Amino acid sequence: MAERVRVRSMMPPGHVRAPAYLRGKTGEIERELGRFANPEQLAYGLEAEKQPLYRVRFTMAEIWGEAAERPTDTIDAEIYGHWLERL
Amino acid sequence: MPHDHPSHSHEGMSPSGHPYREDNDAALTYWQRMEIAVRELLIEKGLVSSEEIARQIDAMDARSPANGAAVVARAWTDPDFKERLLQDASAASREMGFDIGPLHLIAVENTDTTHNLIVCTLCSCYPRNLLGLPPDWYKTRAYRSRAVIEPRAVLREFGLELPDDVQVRVHDSTADMRYIVLPARPAGTEGMSEEQLAALVTRDSMIGTGLPRRP
Repeated sequence: MAERVRVRSMMPPGHVRAPAYLRGKTGEIERELGRFANPEQLAYGLEAEKQPLYRVRFTMAEIWGEAAERPTDTIDAEIYGHWLERL
Repeated sequence: MPHDHPSHSHEGMSPSGHPYREDNDAALTYWQRMEIAVRELLIEKGLVSSEEIARQIDAMDARSPANGAAVVARAWTDPDFKERLLQDASAASREMGFDIGPLHLIAVENTDTTHNLIVCTLCSCYPRNLLGLPPDWYKTRAYRSRAVIEPRAVLREFGLELPDDVQVRVHDSTADMRYIVLPARPAGTEGMSEEQLAALVTRDSMIGTGLPRRP
């Protein structure tokens, strides 16, 4: 069974690659992508730690609730490990 | 028919009835000055030459969806290649001789039951090495927001009405990956050569906003 994760719902300023519309939403890890330099540091010329990056699959129902165009359609997005809570 | 209405004013219009584009006489922006300063310094210090910069711009402009179409046509005709492409699209593209740089490419396959659509909601991430520069609409707020909210409505505006039993999978290029859709091979193309097949593969079919041409 695929691992379930929730995107943290924090709202820090700066160059963040976790889209706001996915924060607080729960999905399943579609695949692990390896470790990549954290863009939140890289964008400012700082020494960037490598973070594990995952493709996470969300249903439209989870993201948009009642307003979903088709609840069973999905969105996959790449989310860095420090943005994910394991469920 | 710009000249059929003598009553309205043509002021500010060219003789052919189109508005003039303003000359770019405004002062350079901060970032334009920054780009020129960095470029001139790099040249002055001998780190790159102006020819190298011009050549790189040429190379970037020369990339076109024909590269991606060749990859798709190969996948349609060679099942082993298709498997390698879905496993690691960067390596499979390099195998065909495409310079895709450090790009991490993922190919997603359309089937009878799945339709894939690519978007970058945060900016304009796009598999430029395989498809060239993104179309202007790909970078608009309208496409970037609507592709994740109502992809089926967006696809209908592109002329693509999906059957009810097809699931839509939207891929938001939020980080280090870039995506290309492997469209389904159209019916009636049995016996066509790889080159003939490549001519059916449109840019939009590799973004997911269209389907390949039919023979």
